[in-house]
Amino acid sequence: MSAQTFEATANGEAPLFYEVEEHHHPEGASTMLGFWMYLMSDCLIFAILFACYAVLGRSYGGGEGPRELFELPLVALNTAMLLFSSLTYGFAMLTMERPGASVRAVQGWLIVTGLFGLAFLCIELYEFSNLIHEGAGPWRSAFLSSFFTLVGTHGLHVTVGLIWLVTLVVQIGMHGLGQANRRRLMCLSMFWHFLDVIWIGVFTIVYLMGVLG
Amino acid sequence: MSADTLHTSANGHDHGHDDHAHGDHGHDGAPHGSLRGYLIGFLLSVILTAIPFALVMTGKLDGTTTAVIVLAMAAIQVVVHMVFFLHMTTTAEGGWSFLALLFTVIVIVITLAGSIWVMYHMNANMMPAAIAEAMSQQ
Repeated sequence: MSAQTFEATANGEAPLFYEVEEHHHPEGASTMLGFWMYLMSDCLIFAILFACYAVLGRSYGGGEGPRELFELPLVALNTAMLLFSSLTYGFAMLTMERPGASVRAVQGWLIVTGLFGLAFLCIELYEFSNLIHEGAGPWRSAFLSSFFTLVGTHGLHVTVGLIWLVTLVVQIGMHGLGQANRRRLMCLSMFWHFLDVIWIGVFTIVYLMGVLG
Repeated sequence: MSADTLHTSANGHDHGHDDHAHGDHGHDGAPHGSLRGYLIGFLLSVILTAIPFALVMTGKLDGTTTAVIVLAMAAIQVVVHMVFFLHMTTTAEGGWSFLALLFTVIVIVITLAGSIWVMYHMNANMMPAAIAEAMSQQ
């Protein structure tokens, strides 16, 4: 047996090539890293959708292109909403980290963040419904299919983020700012800022580069 | 912040996991922002968003120059968000989150560059003969 050949080491003990003792894992210690891994995999979903848009984004099927369809002032307003919401979420986190933080103050900043997020979603839905009314729905051309898929997936993420945010507002109202709730708020913080990073890609590649032609 | 992380890696595998728990301010070992950091990040983002929008909407510069500036500003803004909002450092979580980020960036670059490259050549080389002829006569 190979194990027996190892027994004749200098101090007479068999060498160990793995750790024998169980690690002590404090609750939630690896949550942030795990959530970051999730965000990175989410990043790959968006990378694929961006690649789709890059490939199909010029196939207008004889229909209208970005220059005719997109309204940049509306997109700029949308970008501002998301950027403001990122800042106010930052304020919520700063309020939470202060010693003796009041639940009400954190809830207040979260609600402001949620309202900016809601405004973003409403503007996006308004834009989508306008496009569909003009006959430029996702079925019109490969360009519009990939556009609706990419921007829609981002919008879906914001929607889920909003549901999560409302849940946490209620949650901290009921159970206060305990360790578990702080951890949840930090996860949502990463998720929310991550969505803003994705939006930078969307407004640059889809809207600005699209209108530029 | 960095002292804690160094401490973690110096400890090796024996206590590495425990140290996450009493990291920076007593929870989860993740770095935190400051008011100054968020405001700097916000101001930089506003500038880096306003310039590309203004350039495209007014059309002051020619197409290629505008495209280069717009893409460069987006890349810078992604880094600004990563640093000031997501508090990304090379040492957070013992460097694992940065490693994951690097890996993701590599996969994204391969995906995007590969898709665009392959599909561009597919379009150029596999066009139906009639259309290709019509285009060559133009």
